[in-house]
Amino acid sequence: MSKLVLKNVAKRYGAFEAVSGFSLELAKGEFVSLLGPSGCGKTTTLRMIAGFMPPTDGTIEMDGRQISSPSGVVPPENRRMSMIFQSYAIWPNMTVGENVGFGLQVRKMSRAEIDRRVDAILDVVQMRNLKGRYPAELSGGQQQRVALARAIVVEPEVLLLDEPLSNLDANLREEMRFEIRRLHDEFKITTVYVTHDQSEAMVTSDRIVVMNKGRIEQVDAPHVLYSRPRSRFVAGFIGRTNFLEAAQQGSDVRFDGFSAPAAALEGTTGGGALLYSLRPQAIGLASQRPSGAGLSVEGEIAGRSYLGEYWDYQVRPLAGAKPLRVSTSPNAVFEVGRRVWLEIDPAAMVRVE
Amino acid sequence: MAVAAPAIDTVLARPQRASTFDATWLLWIAIILVLLFLVVSPFVYLVLTSFQAERTGEFTFANYATAYGRARYVDALFNSLKLGAVSAALAGVFAVPLAWAVARTNMPGRGLTRMLVLATFITPPYTGAVAWILLAGPNAGWLNRFYMLVTGAEAGPLNIYSFTGLAVVIALYSFPYIFIFTTAALELVSSEMEDAANILGAGSWRTMRRVTLPLALPAILGGLIICFLEAIALFGSPAMIAIPARFNVVTTQLYQFFGNPVRVEVAAAYAMPLLGVTVLLVLVQRLITRRKGFVSLTGKGGERRPILLGRWRWVMFGYAMFVASLAVFLPYIFLIQSAFAKAWGRGFLLDNITIANFRFILFEHSTAAQSVINSFLYAGVSATVAVFLTLGVAYIVVRRLVPFGGGLAFLCVAPFVIPGVVLAIGFYAAYAPPPLALYGTALILILAFTTRFLPVGYVNASAAINSLNPEMEEAVRVLGGSRLTALRRVVAPLLKRNLLGAWLLIFIPATRELSAAIFLYGPNTKVASVMIFDMSEEGNFERLAALALVLQVLTLPLLWLGQKALGRDFMLRRNAT
Repeated sequence: MSKLVLKNVAKRYGAFEAVSGFSLELAKGEFVSLLGPSGCGKTTTLRMIAGFMPPTDGTIEMDGRQISSPSGVVPPENRRMSMIFQSYAIWPNMTVGENVGFGLQVRKMSRAEIDRRVDAILDVVQMRNLKGRYPAELSGGQQQRVALARAIVVEPEVLLLDEPLSNLDANLREEMRFEIRRLHDEFKITTVYVTHDQSEAMVTSDRIVVMNKGRIEQVDAPHVLYSRPRSRFVAGFIGRTNFLEAAQQGSDVRFDGFSAPAAALEGTTGGGALLYSLRPQAIGLASQRPSGAGLSVEGEIAGRSYLGEYWDYQVRPLAGAKPLRVSTSPNAVFEVGRRVWLEIDPAAMVRVE
Repeated sequence: MAVAAPAIDTVLARPQRASTFDATWLLWIAIILVLLFLVVSPFVYLVLTSFQAERTGEFTFANYATAYGRARYVDALFNSLKLGAVSAALAGVFAVPLAWAVARTNMPGRGLTRMLVLATFITPPYTGAVAWILLAGPNAGWLNRFYMLVTGAEAGPLNIYSFTGLAVVIALYSFPYIFIFTTAALELVSSEMEDAANILGAGSWRTMRRVTLPLALPAILGGLIICFLEAIALFGSPAMIAIPARFNVVTTQLYQFFGNPVRVEVAAAYAMPLLGVTVLLVLVQRLITRRKGFVSLTGKGGERRPILLGRWRWVMFGYAMFVASLAVFLPYIFLIQSAFAKAWGRGFLLDNITIANFRFILFEHSTAAQSVINSFLYAGVSATVAVFLTLGVAYIVVRRLVPFGGGLAFLCVAPFVIPGVVLAIGFYAAYAPPPLALYGTALILILAFTTRFLPVGYVNASAAINSLNPEMEEAVRVLGGSRLTALRRVVAPLLKRNLLGAWLLIFIPATRELSAAIFLYGPNTKVASVMIFDMSEEGNFERLAALALVLQVLTLPLLWLGQKALGRDFMLRRNAT
């Protein structure tokens, strides 16, 4: 049975639809991210799951029981969920130990039991030695760990995270992504994670829900989302990509500067104007005409940037106008203006709406 | 797994259909009722009463005819306006240079100057007026006697019992408002803004004239308006100085309408211009400080370097000490002298020293000691009620728990535009007659004080709650705590200091409130300020000085407490006024 089910959930403010037609099922122990640009409705969705706001339409069920509907919501304090906030919301008037033990205290556990569990969870997040400190004495990363411990120690039915890493610096953010995933692997708590950072979502999640303008664009595992985006928005939002406009002419599909057999491409049944997404990593670059089965297109280096981990080339097909972006290994050096060959696998070209 | 199996016994509640009606609504209704009682009803009664005939209660314009029927009543209105304008201008002359020097320059003694402004600020205007009667009374005043001694002249040049005398005394004890506004604005002008002018070729004088001052101008104007309003609403100083000088201002005239027999209907009618001018000017003040200038100044001020004054810094320091002498040093020296003197006119002679005045007011006088206790008691209750009431309103307004929260906020800050005298007339009109018949009770004073200081409480409470991230409370709820738990365990502990600050900012001025108290006290509910006023009418300056000093000394521990909890300048911040 699904742990958490959202059916057709919507939130309207007057005429503005913050979230509409949101349906999603989470399996027990699943880690799902809501990913999208700011204002896409992901935080609103999370807050509806938490019970801070009622939906204007649709229902939310947990373990088969309805917990939210337009006519009433179970208040957040009765949902047995927990949440990690963007600001961490660590209470500055309580020590680390008191912060972490708060949820257990509310659940009327014995002093000794609270102590035992708090110590155990502080060990997990490596904060045991700072139990007696006040939050003001902690670094951002340490506060984040306290927030994690506080949320996990109550063994929530569902764990909600609202952009928990956006206030950390880049290095720490990367470290905490793995930490969050590690804790999930250890405790298997059903988790909803809100973020606008695609790499955060990809590192942590079993599935990613890409949202745009209050609607779901696509729900898939990270690698599927990357390799088979279904919409222009998803293809553009997850990673970098080349958008190729094309027109089908008989058995050929004509792109800007080259063409491909329609049989080798997906989505060519209808004909007319088509749009494909082609990742820069999926294009090969060679000085000689490649002998492989893919398409070979001769082009010219129009510009390039060196980014350490890879070269980012702009290559204009000789017969075309718009350059394609191509990523190569840092060792593949081509001067600007040089003639090169592009190697394109038609299977890597994904038709998007 | 490090954590044992769940032993959580909370049961998932069924969806609550009644969730649209919960305890917050009851609280909301209760707060509305209290605010109606404190703010709306006195105001409504004030307006109604002004149109009612005495005794019969019939609708009439006769009160207005009486109130404005005599030339001297109308003159008093104009005297008030003139007094407000002159006092505000003088206060600006005192305050602006000091504010600039303290906020932006390397003048020596900046901390000392701030402290002396604070000392001025906590001196009740009527205490200052008494001190200046000792200093500049015709013939007997110390400054006149000193002048005669030095020059051998027959008479001294100063006469406190004059329009000018009154204006100076009022300005001396209201200039801290302008000082507070101006320093707050100047501290937001970053040096970078001035550097930008410098680098484009403007010298420091030109920069100050074209950049710094214009940026601070809205604040200065705002402060001037507050001083103007303070001057026209003041009762104590005009009553002590203007009445002997044989001219009236609005507040003294109102007091006379309240004399035997009480003509509250006429007083209500006569209070309307004072109320109207105040409402108008407060709106203007809001408009000025909200428009250009302050908006661009909010947020980080950036780096600020003091302007180096060179030799001029000693000139500035001299000016600061001159103002401080007029407002603090001279008044207190001679208040203390008087409090410890058998007869203040005999001066600093050893055989003139006595502690009999203190003994008299503390132990022998039938009501003086009780009046001090009353002051502190009423102020304490009022401050407590006002703080918790405004905290409740601010919480439900800021957290948007109810619709029309803005209306509640408005009711809390509305008393700001009602001068104490007018408020007292409204309270008298509303609650002196049966069925409540509160006149002369402690309750009516407490309610009036509470209402008077609601705005201070609200501004502080809403600032405090705005500073709290709502996620702090949401974290409590998501972990299973109720809203009440969140208030008790998180909000209240985090706001402790702010609440204490707001409490003191109400309590301290409430202990010396006179304008409302003078209209509402009864034989058993005399407060210290009224006691001081009575003694001044008796010309009993030695005992009066002793009582005034007792009041000041009792304030010091509170000031210390506030500075301890909230920082040294807690009373001189902008939301304090």
